[in-house]
Amino acid sequence: MSSHGIRDRVAIVGMGCTTFGEHWTRSADDLLIDAVGEAVTSAGITLDDIDAFWLGTQASGVSGLTLSRPLHLQYKPVTRLENMCATGSEALRNACYAVASGAYDVAMAVGVEKLKDSGMSGLSGTTMPGAGDDSRGEITAPANFSLLAPAYAAKYGLSEEELKDVITRIAWKNHVNGARNPRAQYRKEVPLERIRSAPIVAGMLGVFDCSGVSDGSAAAIVVRAEDAYKYTDRPIFVKALSFVAGPADGLLDPEYDFTTFPEVVASAQEAYRQAGVTDPRAEIALAEVHDCFTPTELVLMEDLGFSERGQAWKDVTSGAFDLDGSLPVNPDGGLKAFGHPIGASGLRMMFEAWLQLRGEAPPERTVRTLAEGRSLALTHNLGGGPGECVSFVSVVGNQLTD
Amino acid sequence: MAGLIAYGAYVPYHRLARTDVAAVLGTKAGKGTRAVAGYDEDTTSMAVEAARGALALDGLRPRIGQLFLATAAPAYLDKTNATAVHAALGLDEHVLAADMAGSVRSGLGALVTAARSPVPTLVVLSDLRTGLPGSADETAGGDGAAAFAFGGHRNGAPVIAELLAHDTVSDEILERWRLPGSPTSRVWEERFAEEIYVTLAGKALGAALDQAGLDIGAIDHFVVSGLHARACATVRRTAGVRPEAVTPDLTGAIGNGGTAQPGLLLADVLDRARPGETIALVVLGDGAGVLLLRTTEALTTHRGARPVAAQIAAGSAPVPYATYLSWRGLLDREPPRRPDPEPPYAPPAHRRGGWKYGFVASRCEKCGTRHLPPDRVCVSCRSVDAMTDEPMEHVRGTVATFTVDRLAHTPSPPMLVVVVDYDGGGRFRCQLTDATEADAVIGARVEMTFRRTVTASGVHNYFWKARPVRTGDTDRTEETHG
Repeated sequence: MSSHGIRDRVAIVGMGCTTFGEHWTRSADDLLIDAVGEAVTSAGITLDDIDAFWLGTQASGVSGLTLSRPLHLQYKPVTRLENMCATGSEALRNACYAVASGAYDVAMAVGVEKLKDSGMSGLSGTTMPGAGDDSRGEITAPANFSLLAPAYAAKYGLSEEELKDVITRIAWKNHVNGARNPRAQYRKEVPLERIRSAPIVAGMLGVFDCSGVSDGSAAAIVVRAEDAYKYTDRPIFVKALSFVAGPADGLLDPEYDFTTFPEVVASAQEAYRQAGVTDPRAEIALAEVHDCFTPTELVLMEDLGFSERGQAWKDVTSGAFDLDGSLPVNPDGGLKAFGHPIGASGLRMMFEAWLQLRGEAPPERTVRTLAEGRSLALTHNLGGGPGECVSFVSVVGNQLTD
Repeated sequence: MAGLIAYGAYVPYHRLARTDVAAVLGTKAGKGTRAVAGYDEDTTSMAVEAARGALALDGLRPRIGQLFLATAAPAYLDKTNATAVHAALGLDEHVLAADMAGSVRSGLGALVTAARSPVPTLVVLSDLRTGLPGSADETAGGDGAAAFAFGGHRNGAPVIAELLAHDTVSDEILERWRLPGSPTSRVWEERFAEEIYVTLAGKALGAALDQAGLDIGAIDHFVVSGLHARACATVRRTAGVRPEAVTPDLTGAIGNGGTAQPGLLLADVLDRARPGETIALVVLGDGAGVLLLRTTEALTTHRGARPVAAQIAAGSAPVPYATYLSWRGLLDREPPRRPDPEPPYAPPAHRRGGWKYGFVASRCEKCGTRHLPPDRVCVSCRSVDAMTDEPMEHVRGTVATFTVDRLAHTPSPPMLVVVVDYDGGGRFRCQLTDATEADAVIGARVEMTFRRTVTASGVHNYFWKARPVRTGDTDRTEETHG
């Protein structure tokens, strides 16, 4: 058994992404229609040219009809799937494999979520309790991810105040980036002190440590790499798609210390192997990572190999991951500022890679690492929480490897 | 000789200061505090805690042949509440579990029934006393539970107090009453029943002493319990016992526990009594009842796991009156902007009863790894269906990490959540109760307690939470099970 990857076998030739935010006047159908429309226009094709669809949504619809009905797709295969907050990435992964297998020439991955209609704070998707006996109890997403903060501080000798400074800077950085993104939910820079002193939601996390609850949709069109230039002069090529579902033993096993996501480490190592990346910090031009909450982004920097263990907080503080840093992270604002409509987020990340690698990002947030000769972008998307999660890592590039 | 073989009491952690009630309502200030069940407690969960204290010693649980739960504030009607206690204690399925619910006098009824029974019997007296804001019942009431196991030498358990005699007098008397569904009682004018109760107490006490061939001067501990405070005071003063034998009624510190009060007072006396002493327990309410007990040498080694006095001393700083009111459902507060909590589903709750009620985890037979909740596949060696049951309710643990969830649905926000690593292996994430944010820290020591986590769609959800191990706790469970 082995994982072979599909390096350079498929390309993304069209993408669309709605603005993320509070779309009070638009339904999930509207958002899907807009994102899909933008994607087919950018590839210079029509919906009839697409052979198969993968639609990701956690709670905004069930079955392929969620996509076929609003678009009135004509008897095409549509698969609806869900993998928690990594749903959008999972839709892309399946669409890529479908094309790589030779089963289809042109596939589309779409993600959508409508969260604001619920009137709830945070995720509101109802699911059967894990055990059905309701003995696991409810814990909200911010509380779940806030479990990382005291554990990280204790392990690496930071005081709570020092760690709060670090995560505050992560939020600040992502708001700076989002302010340069017309599609982002939050487009204003926020002063450090305002972030730091915001009302507390869970543990050490204030409201500015949490990703935006938003509505949105994003879509990508996938073709065989050799066909890519028929659609666009600037395709982006898929170097690696890596996904793991963890054994979910972190909440059972005292060995797990809440300062890492082993699932992310595993999926990143696999992605680097598929892509031939040996020094991610030096080779990757930009990374879009799953900053659902600020401590998550901190830990991800170590899990993705961007920082040494116990050192990410120093790299964050020194600005290494800023827009003008040595490895810009979440240049589009991330989940934090762009917003987090669950099923759409993975594809939104890819949309930023698409813009940056094609030189289409607005100048004020174009990363300089590209001009320095790097050509790879990484997206990372996870679902679940510390101790039990699913993790996705992709590497894409704007050139075929020789 | 038959008699008492075990006892335990449970006084909830929280207190309400009577001065705070007066300050909020502008009424006359009372003195002292009353015990208050937490937002996550009811008569069923408190009964479990009292019974755990009574049956902490190894080998006692398998001896129990029947279980009665007495309460005037049952968590459910129609559905038996004693079965939840039975499940939480992990008693054999053939052990009868039944409620004696509705009246405060059911506590006396359960005690006498247990004392007379040829089958080793566990009785739990549990009550949650509520009154309208500002009422005497609100400030004088108290919440708590006590548990007693009666058996005998044939059962193989040492008797810690022999039952010398008992007597009951029944009298239909409209003195205190409450219609089903009503949160509070009504009482007749106080002086009407006083003389009646004093007379009835004299009859029952005289009959019991005659049976035992004892003079009233032989009583070393005179315990008088009842909701008619004036009658109780008169009986204490006029019954003719030696003044030093009259025991304190604890109402200043924890209030009057109603159905549970005779149990709490008796447990407190047993915590202190020396071997060979005579205890008279007098219970007033719709008549009178008396139990005469004589302590044995075994008492000194078989006392309840947590003395009543220690539990009183370990009580919380008073909770604000508004907090108490919202816990009792007397103050409706804005819920969080979150989906309503879901009730447990009946089939999974039933098939996972060992876990949900008994906190029974599993241990891998191949590699020894503990699993909370129990798994079929080992998290370490991935063996399938090679697990043995691993009761965890007595195992203490240490907090690995924690959070304070200010968004989660809980009757008393914020929700404290801890990841607990248990002594001897195993990890579980659960709520931390009877605690403040200062108690949620890495390295804190915790123990498990049975709680009502939430009531959703008319269903009580019972499960276990962690609570801080407080200094001064003499938790015998650790020694015996550790």
